[in-house]
Amino acid sequence: MNAFLELIDTYWLYFLVGQYPDGPLGGLVLTVLLSGAALVLAMPLGLMLGIARVSPYRAVSLPVAGVVQVVRAVPLLLVLFWAYFFLPAVTGVKTSQAATMLIVLVVFDSVYLAEIVAAGIRALPPGQLESARSLGLSYGQALRHVVLPQSLANGLPSIVNQLVSTIKATSLGYIIGLSEVSFIASQINTLVFTQSVQVYLILALTYFMLCFGLSRLAFLLERRLQRRAVQPN
Amino acid sequence: MIVLDKVNKWYGDYHALVDITERVEKNEVLVVCGPSGSGKSTLIRTLNRLEEIQGGSIAIDGRDIHAKGADVNALRAGIGFVFQHFNLFPHLTVLENCTLAPVRLKRASKAEARDYALQLLERVGLAHKQDAYPNALSGGQQQRVAIARALAMRPPIMLFDEPTSALDPEMVGEVLQVMRTLAHEGMTMVCVTHEMGFARDVADRIWFMAEGKLLEKATPQAFFANPQHPRAQQFLADRKRD
Repeated sequence: MNAFLELIDTYWLYFLVGQYPDGPLGGLVLTVLLSGAALVLAMPLGLMLGIARVSPYRAVSLPVAGVVQVVRAVPLLLVLFWAYFFLPAVTGVKTSQAATMLIVLVVFDSVYLAEIVAAGIRALPPGQLESARSLGLSYGQALRHVVLPQSLANGLPSIVNQLVSTIKATSLGYIIGLSEVSFIASQINTLVFTQSVQVYLILALTYFMLCFGLSRLAFLLERRLQRRAVQPN
Repeated sequence: MIVLDKVNKWYGDYHALVDITERVEKNEVLVVCGPSGSGKSTLIRTLNRLEEIQGGSIAIDGRDIHAKGADVNALRAGIGFVFQHFNLFPHLTVLENCTLAPVRLKRASKAEARDYALQLLERVGLAHKQDAYPNALSGGQQQRVAIARALAMRPPIMLFDEPTSALDPEMVGEVLQVMRTLAHEGMTMVCVTHEMGFARDVADRIWFMAEGKLLEKATPQAFFANPQHPRAQQFLADRKRD
């Protein structure tokens, strides 16, 4: 137990921010920032792609369907590897590990979120869109004020699921040497050498707290939305 | 007020509406009846272009609603539509259901829309439910809110597509009562309904449809006492046996 506390005492700052301020920002903070930034960027993109996916115009919906099918069928790890090592060789432009990771996360997230948004829109009874249109609202107004508020609320569990897997997906940055929290943990493991179980236990607990906290937050939000919908009288 | 000229509609090979040519006058209450699958719901849905037509034209107050480039949104704003399954917006309160369109389409300020919506809810007897969500209401109450929601756009025409078919029997009366009041106030109405009592008492005219064709047009007195077309005679005989 003493060794365990000593481990935390010695390496907590390294675990939290990596070599910062002497080197690039890393550790848990990088993981949180990366997943947060990926979500913030992927949300509006996923919303737009999802709306395009169910567009009545095939010229809009078909290309999006194609992109979705391709991205969904490729492992994130492969794309990350490819984007980091091969793209610079072709384009001559080298992107940092963090930027590469962020771009790949945004692409994957927006595609998965698009599918969630599209599924939510399709699952709504067609009478909702019809009655909104029959009042004279345009397609866009009907989406914004009638369809999306309902389909996004219904899709909330799937959206949270996607956010949780985004946090975990940042650990794939390991493969391109991104100093996120898993990478830092393995560095610590190399330094102390004899306490692998403890080091990786702390790492696992860290991920668990992040993801569990997020899903609890989503649960509370969901309950609030539900209460509003079934409020008696 | 509504002029249909050789309206034709196909679903693939199926001829759903066949050469419908007729007029509905201002202040008229028209009831469209007929066996299921006769095309009456399809017909009423073409009147505000929820369904497209493949031939002919439909003019509302002289404006062709199926014309290419017609401003469908503006035309629909002047035609109230009441659905069989109410289709209230479940994420909005009763009051918000009634103010959404007038406010978003800039027909009224928020305060004006609210005042008028409350007047309408008062008329359908549901002002005390203004803050309730639709799921907390009975079917009959939901349909009355749906009528108020349509009226909130101050449409000169109201279309009713089987407004009581999804209701429990004891709730049919309250919805029909609201429709009767509207009719007496001079609203131009087209109602697809199986409520023959309503048709007899309130309609100025009845259209009888079968297999996509308009087979008979008559006053209620003539239609119920002395139907001309064999299909209409059959239809009324079947109704009596129920």
